[in-house]
Amino acid sequence: MNWQDLTLALFGPGHGIGQDGDFLRGSVTFDGEPLEIVGTTNHAEIGVRLALRQARSILDIMAAHPGRPILLLVDTQGQRLRRSDERLGINRAMAHLGMCLDLARRRGHRVLGLVYEQALSGGFITSGLIADACDALPEAEIRVMRLPAMARVTKLPEAVLAELSQSNPVFAPGVANYVAMGGVRRLWQGDLPAALREALADAPREDRRAEEGRQRGGRHLAAAVMQRVLDAS
Amino acid sequence: MTTSYLECSARQRLKLLLDEGSFHEWLPPAERLMSPHLAQLGVPCAFDDGVAIGRATLAGRPVFVAAQEGEFMGGGVGEVHGAKLVGLLRRALRDRPDAVLLLAESGGVRLHEANAGLIAVSEVMRALLDLRAAGIPVIVLIGGANGCFGGMGIVARCADWIAMSEQGRLAMSGPEVIEASNGVQEFDSRDRALVWRTTGGQHRMHSGDCDALVEDEIAAFRHAAIAALDTRRPLDIGSLEAEHALLSARLLEEASA
Repeated sequence: MNWQDLTLALFGPGHGIGQDGDFLRGSVTFDGEPLEIVGTTNHAEIGVRLALRQARSILDIMAAHPGRPILLLVDTQGQRLRRSDERLGINRAMAHLGMCLDLARRRGHRVLGLVYEQALSGGFITSGLIADACDALPEAEIRVMRLPAMARVTKLPEAVLAELSQSNPVFAPGVANYVAMGGVRRLWQGDLPAALREALADAPREDRRAEEGRQRGGRHLAAAVMQRVLDAS
Repeated sequence: MTTSYLECSARQRLKLLLDEGSFHEWLPPAERLMSPHLAQLGVPCAFDDGVAIGRATLAGRPVFVAAQEGEFMGGGVGEVHGAKLVGLLRRALRDRPDAVLLLAESGGVRLHEANAGLIAVSEVMRALLDLRAAGIPVIVLIGGANGCFGGMGIVARCADWIAMSEQGRLAMSGPEVIEASNGVQEFDSRDRALVWRTTGGQHRMHSGDCDALVEDEIAAFRHAAIAALDTRRPLDIGSLEAEHALLSARLLEEASA
């Protein structure tokens, strides 16, 4: 779903969210309460500039509207693959964005992520995946890499990977797999405003993803291994 | 035996870096905790899934440590590997050692279990930031042949303090990935001088992306880590505004160059 249809369905006409290049920003009213929107579109490449732009918004929201909830609209093809971004320290800029969002959570802002189009690797780690909770639309795509590329890198036959991806969610793209592993909390089906209302109401404060991955059967080991480290003598 | 940080394995680094005989490993190889996903793919497994974790002392002070083994899957983070790191960081939050040392050597997410690895890296990030908020310093050491890339490159920059050797590399995407995506004119991955100028320890020291540049000797990393034991960098609005100003200035310099 494009961001215009999504925000129209969520907030009605005249919501005031604006697009500037690949960047989305606005302040809306939802159920009579203010909500800050920060996002990207056009399957944005997240380079230093776009990471800093998002970070600036989060810093401004913390300064101007303490405690106000933030909704991140996620649509990214991942980190920008350019030498100039690497030389400028793209990993540091992305860490900075992640730390801004993390501080916002600690200062009492509810931070929600919504993957409405596409989410990939580096662009996702410092947006939806560092929020209190990250949800997705059912038709969105989430992946680290497509199967053909994964077959090349891992030197394993694509057919083997395709077959395994039926039984094991760790290999294959897809929002359902991320839900099973606890990386995405839930999918927004049907009534979108109702889904947002629910998401704002029950966003967890702690990182429960490993435990949810265990309960849902998509990540059997992570929670158990963490516990074994805590208990080891 | 060599004392070059670059040439040593993760466990050799721990042995020489920490106080003699002080490293106590949690979930050691004897427990044979391996990746079920690699086994399913018929890929050779490691009994520690490529990372050693535990407690030790450094200059007599209690620390927790994790060392990634670059020789195994390039230090890639899979489900078990990542969960060991998260478990260590959460245990540090509970037990409050004087610091946590991360001997990072990783290409980032292990693609053989990509989805689980990606989520794991984000769990590492959140657990690390919990430690910073609690005032427990996290010190990152980078000097292995595989560098510190991808999600681990982001994790490193979330820590309080970073030491690198000239041979260390810290970045997001590797030169081969950039070349494959945008062509050899964008980044010639065989141009070693260009690779070092873009991601190497000296460039990172010059740009302030690492806090100390040390010789490729484990003893040098040990001295740097000891000196950093009390480095706490609280994350608050003021420190993040300062970071933002610094990174924004780089963009301006780039634009005017």
